[in-house]
Amino acid sequence: MNAPRSNQPRLERRAAIRVLLAERGDLLVVTGLGSTTYDAASLGDDERNFYLWGAMGGAAMVGLGVAIARPDRPVLVVTGDGDTLMGLGALATIGVQAPPNLAIAVFDNGRYAETGMQASHTDSAVDLVGVARSCGIAAAYDIADEAALAEFANRVQRKEQTLFGRVAILADEPPRVLPPRDGVLLKHRFRRATGVE
Amino acid sequence: MTVPSSPDWRDEVFAALKAAEIRQVGYVPDAGHARLIERVQAAPQIRAVPLTTEEEGIALAAGAWLGGQRAALLMQSSGVGNCINMLSLAKACRFPLTMLVTMRGEWAEFNPWQVAMGSKTQAALELMDVLVYRVEAENDAAPTVAAALDIAFNGGLVTAVLLAQRLIGAKRWVK
Repeated sequence: MNAPRSNQPRLERRAAIRVLLAERGDLLVVTGLGSTTYDAASLGDDERNFYLWGAMGGAAMVGLGVAIARPDRPVLVVTGDGDTLMGLGALATIGVQAPPNLAIAVFDNGRYAETGMQASHTDSAVDLVGVARSCGIAAAYDIADEAALAEFANRVQRKEQTLFGRVAILADEPPRVLPPRDGVLLKHRFRRATGVE
Repeated sequence: MTVPSSPDWRDEVFAALKAAEIRQVGYVPDAGHARLIERVQAAPQIRAVPLTTEEEGIALAAGAWLGGQRAALLMQSSGVGNCINMLSLAKACRFPLTMLVTMRGEWAEFNPWQVAMGSKTQAALELMDVLVYRVEAENDAAPTVAAALDIAFNGGLVTAVLLAQRLIGAKRWVK
């Protein structure tokens, strides 16, 4: 087993989501199941957020579908290391498609927070930035402070190239903020808020 | 391979996708879909999205619909098993989607490893409440695909068209 990466600097996850979405403009957001959905909801529910409450491994691909359909809008996927690891092939698929308006931010605490903080593969052997680069996503960054995260958020708005940000976060569990769970409601309100329904 | 009649049924299936205004087509390659994949890749109004595994396509189609576009998926019967949990996304949110599935493991199958999934493809889809149609004859292919697309996008349903191995032609193992 490789050694844990537990000694590196890490951001508090709620502070990270605040920086990421501070000036969201017309940004469309897809969140992965579990903690990143609560993180997005902690800033206030927004109809332009599509929260996944299941479909583990699917967040990045939902983001790709939105990004291809809406080249006029920046699209940000905010998800966790567990969701990303389950759908690792999605990074290869996104590398091939290379939509300039898609960004993926992975809140990486090296843990499955939802199920009891068990270690994920990123806690030891796996470097997600390296994976993303190897999949053809050249603009892939390791982010561990608010200034770098703010610069990433700024680049998301510019829609110049596919972005990947691995955001090192603390393995803590802030109070849960639960947005609506009705998938049909989430779907319709996202489409209405973005003018396609 | 069967000798294609004129017009080729696979071109008629492509025309059905175009008529239904499909804008994103996700696929894992299969010999039975080769011609359709070529047509999709050559169509300027359709984005061809090769996938590493079929369940990526279920999530892609959900995103496409959120963004106002229609998507279809092409896969082999073995890929259906990969989709099962991700179909919960379509079911929970009533995302519309049509899957075109080329069948293996049935008529004139050479490879017994294809039989396990091929013989359970329809049952697996129906377990997740996917509406399944099956095509055995060339003349039925395009009308069935058109009908499957129609009800999927009018009704917020997932539909699948199983293209029988007898229709596609058994894979040649000795070239």
